[in-house]
Amino acid sequence: MTPEALLGGFIDAPVQSAHAFRAGLEALARPGTLHSLTGATPPAPMSVAAGVLILTLCDGTTPVHLAGHHDSDAIRDWVTFHVGAPLVTAEKAMFAIGTWAAMQPVGRFAIGQPDYPDRSATLIVEMPTLAPSGPHLSGPRLSGPGIKGEARLALPETAAFVRNRALFPLGFDCFFTAGSLVAGLPRSTNVEAN
Amino acid sequence: MTAPLPALAAVDSVAQPDHGRDERAGFHPEQPDVQHDRSREDHAKDQPVEKVVMALHAAHPEKGSMTDYNFAYLDEQTKRMIRRAILKGIAIPGYQVPFASREMPMPYGWGTGGVQVTAACLTPDDTLKVIDQGADDTTNAVSIRKFFQRTAGVAVTEATTEATIIQTRHRIPETALTKGQILVYQVPIPEPLRFLEPRETETRKMHELEEYGLMHVKLYEDIARHGTIATSYDYPVKVEGRYVMDPSPIPKFDNPKLSDNPAIQLFGAGREQRIYALPPHTHVVSLDFDDHPFVASKAAHDCDLCAAQDSYLDEVITDDQGSRMFVCSDTDFCRSRREAGHLGRLGTPLSEVEQ
Amino acid sequence: MYVAVKGGERAIDAAHAWLAEERRGDTGIAALSVAQIREQLALAVNRVMAEGSLYDPDLAALAIKQSRGDLIEAVFLIRAYRTTLPRFGASSPIDTGRMALTRRISATFKDLPGGQILGPTFDYTHRLLDFALMAEGETPASVISAPVSSPTGETGVHLAAAVPHVTGFLNRDGLIQTETPGDSTPPDLTREPMELPATRPLRLQALTRGDEGFVLSLAYSTQRGYGRTHAFVGELRIGTVAVEMDIPELGFAVQIGEVEVTECETVNQFTGSKTEPPQFTRGYGLVFGQTERKAISMSLVDRALRWQELGEDFTGAPAQDEEFVLMHADNVQATGFLEHIKLPHYVDFQAELELIRRLRAEAIAAKEAAE
Repeated sequence: MTPEALLGGFIDAPVQSAHAFRAGLEALARPGTLHSLTGATPPAPMSVAAGVLILTLCDGTTPVHLAGHHDSDAIRDWVTFHVGAPLVTAEKAMFAIGTWAAMQPVGRFAIGQPDYPDRSATLIVEMPTLAPSGPHLSGPRLSGPGIKGEARLALPETAAFVRNRALFPLGFDCFFTAGSLVAGLPRSTNVEAN
Repeated sequence: MTAPLPALAAVDSVAQPDHGRDERAGFHPEQPDVQHDRSREDHAKDQPVEKVVMALHAAHPEKGSMTDYNFAYLDEQTKRMIRRAILKGIAIPGYQVPFASREMPMPYGWGTGGVQVTAACLTPDDTLKVIDQGADDTTNAVSIRKFFQRTAGVAVTEATTEATIIQTRHRIPETALTKGQILVYQVPIPEPLRFLEPRETETRKMHELEEYGLMHVKLYEDIARHGTIATSYDYPVKVEGRYVMDPSPIPKFDNPKLSDNPAIQLFGAGREQRIYALPPHTHVVSLDFDDHPFVASKAAHDCDLCAAQDSYLDEVITDDQGSRMFVCSDTDFCRSRREAGHLGRLGTPLSEVEQ
Repeated sequence: MYVAVKGGERAIDAAHAWLAEERRGDTGIAALSVAQIREQLALAVNRVMAEGSLYDPDLAALAIKQSRGDLIEAVFLIRAYRTTLPRFGASSPIDTGRMALTRRISATFKDLPGGQILGPTFDYTHRLLDFALMAEGETPASVISAPVSSPTGETGVHLAAAVPHVTGFLNRDGLIQTETPGDSTPPDLTREPMELPATRPLRLQALTRGDEGFVLSLAYSTQRGYGRTHAFVGELRIGTVAVEMDIPELGFAVQIGEVEVTECETVNQFTGSKTEPPQFTRGYGLVFGQTERKAISMSLVDRALRWQELGEDFTGAPAQDEEFVLMHADNVQATGFLEHIKLPHYVDFQAELELIRRLRAEAIAAKEAAE
C-alpha cells in the first residue's frame, strides 16, 4: 500500500457524508438534475464525485467492483483503506465504478430479485462531462418519478436504459459522475431518444 | 461470580464478518488527533492487541452523556446502511426496503423509523420541524425535536415554509411543500396488506406478483356493507401503477397531497424494519372503484379559530353539555392564518391573546 | 374564548422531574448502589444482559436502578446503549465444552463423566418467606465446597477442564441426530433486518434475546400438547467460558475476557420417518448469565420450530409457527408498539368519527324513508 492511499478521505466524516448523501439523494430523486459532491480526492482516474459517493455509501458490508482503468493498485488501496469494501467481480457487486464502456456488458450486474428488487447494483458511471438538463439540450428525454414533465440528460447510450426500465421493478440504478458533479438515473426513469 | 468482567459487545460471541472496520479517520498529518465524537472507534483500528483489549475495557468509561454520541446520534455505519436503503426506496417508489433498524433511545412505535431516516438525512445546515397529529407542540413531537436539537444541534422551526426536513406523524402539512424539502413519515405498520394477510412471507409474494385483489375485495366488502368504503385513515394507495403502499395513518383527506408533491417523501418503520419513498412528482392514486370514487373527506365545518374552510379539523369538546368546536389540526397553518387576520367563530385576534 | 392546550415541553420536564423523585423514593432510606444491585439482584441483572444482548453486569445493574426495577425498561436502556457501541471485531465461537462449571445437571442419566453439580439453585428450596432477610439479620451460609475451578493468575481467568456434553455420549452411538458444524458466518439479527423464512442461527438469536415470559409460555404450550416434542433435559450447564478473539495482526486468538452463560440441550423423542430410523433429536438453548428457565424454554421452542427440517407435521401450534414466534418474541419491540397507543391519535379518531356519523345519518335516513 502506498502512502497516497491514506490521503484523500473525509476530514469530518459525519458532516461531510451527510452533505454528500443529501446531494446524492437529490440527484437520484430528481433524475436529470446536477449536484455537486466535494471533500474527497481519490487517485486518478476516479472523479471527486465518485470518490465522495464511495466514502458516503460503501463499507465492509458492500462488495464493490472496480471496472476497467479504475481497477488500479492505487484505487484498490484507496478503497480498501478508506472504506474496507471487499473488491469483487461485476456479478457480485453492490456498487460498481468505472466508465460506461468498462462496465459492458451491463447485463452482468445484479438487478434484484422479484421479491427483493432492492438487492440490485448501483453503478457509478464516470463521464467526461455532465450536461445539465434543459429543453435546448439534445440528450435523451427523461420522464417518470422525480421529474415534473420531462428532463434531459446526456447519457452514454439510450438502449441500455430503455431495457433497464423495461425490467422494472427490477433493474440497476445509476449515478453519473464527472469532476465534482453527479446526476442520478434510477431504474424507474423512462428514457426516450430524441 | 465476583470477578468483574470486561465489557463486551454482545451476541458477537457468535462469529461475525468484519463489521468491525467502522470509521477510518483517514490519515491527516496536519491533524494527528482528529477528534470526532466517536474517537474511540477511530483509534482502535489497526492497533496492537493490548490496545484493542484496553479499548474494549474502556469502551464506556463515561457512560451515557449525550456528548458521547455521533452527529445526529447514529454511528456512521448505521447511517450508511439507512442511506443505501433510502436510495433503493427512491429508485423503486412504493416498495418497502428492509433495513436493519436500530434500537433508538425512544420506544418502538414512537417514531423510531422516522427518527432513523431523519438522522440519516440531517446536515448541520438543516432546519427541522417535527409534528404529531399536525401539531408542533404535542408531547412526542416536542420530545423528538429536542432529541435532534441535542444530538445534531440543528435549527428547529414550527413554520412549514422554513423547514428543510419535516418529520411527521399522521398528517401532511396544509401549506404546500416545495422543492428541496423532505417530509419524513413515522410509520407503525408499513405493509398495506398486513391486516388482510398477517404473514410477511405471503404479503411479500403478493407484492412480487402484483396480486392486490384481496385489497379490492376488502374495499368492496365495505361498500356492500356500508354503501361506502369504510376506511377513513391509513387509506391504501397505488404508486406509479405498480406497488400498493401504506401512506401511514394520515387521514384520507391528506391522500391527494401524496401525489405529484414537489418534496421528497420518505417513510420509516423502525419496529417493522422497512423504509420506503416517494420521489418528487410521483404519481400516487388512492384505491377506489369507478362507481365509488375516492373522496377526501373532512368535518363539514370551518376552523373556529382561523375560519379556514379547507383544512383538516380536530374536534374539541368544550363542556359536558355536548358543545364542541372545530380547530385546524395543523397548528402552524392555523396560527399563520390568524396572524394574517383571519378570525373564526370562536377565535380571538392574536393581539389580544397573552403569550 | 378558546386557547389550544400548549405546554407539552413544560409537561415533559415536570414529568421527568417527578419520575426522578419517585425513582429515588423516600430519601430517609439509603439509596441502592449499582454494586448492590449487581451483587444481590444478580438474576435480574442476568435477565437484563440476556434480553439486552450486552454482557456487562455493571451497566445492567445501572439500567435496573434507573428503570426502578422495570426489567423490560432496563432491557430497553441497554439495547439503546448497545446499538451505539462501535464494533471492534467478532470473537471466536465460545467453547461450552470448556466451561468453568457452577452447575451441571442431566435429567437423562443418573451419573455421567464430569458428574452432576447441583450448584446454587432454587430447585430444592422450600418457598417459605425468610423473615430473617427482612429483619436484615442474615448470616451468610458458609460455602461447603469450593468452586470447581478457581481463578489463576492476575487476569482472573478460570482454567476449565473439558467436561463432555451429554449429547456427545448419545451421538457416539448414533442415537441422536448429529449437528454438523458449519463454516458459514451466521446472520446477525442486530445488524440485518429479519428475513423469513429464517435460518436456525437467526431463530436462536431471536430466542436468546426474546422475552423470558413469552419464550417460557411458548415452551409450556408445547408441553401441554401444542406442538409437543417430548423433551428431556439432556443437560443443563451454567458457568463461565473464555471469550477469544482472533487478532489478525498477531495471527492467533487471544482471550479478551470471560462470560457466564447457561446452556441447555434437550433430548427429544423422534419416531423416525420412512427414510430415517428412529433417533433422538435436539433442542438448544444458550443464554447469558445464570438464566436456566430461559435456556430450557429456548431449547423447547427451538425444537418445536424444527418441525420442517425434521420432517414432522405442522399442527398449527403457535410454537411451531416461526413467523409468529420470531416477530413477537422481542419485548422491546412489543412494549414500544403496545404503549404507543397512549400517544395522541385524534387525527385518525376524527376521521373515524366523521365516517361513523355519516354512515349512521345515512342509515337512519334510509330507515325513515322506508317507514
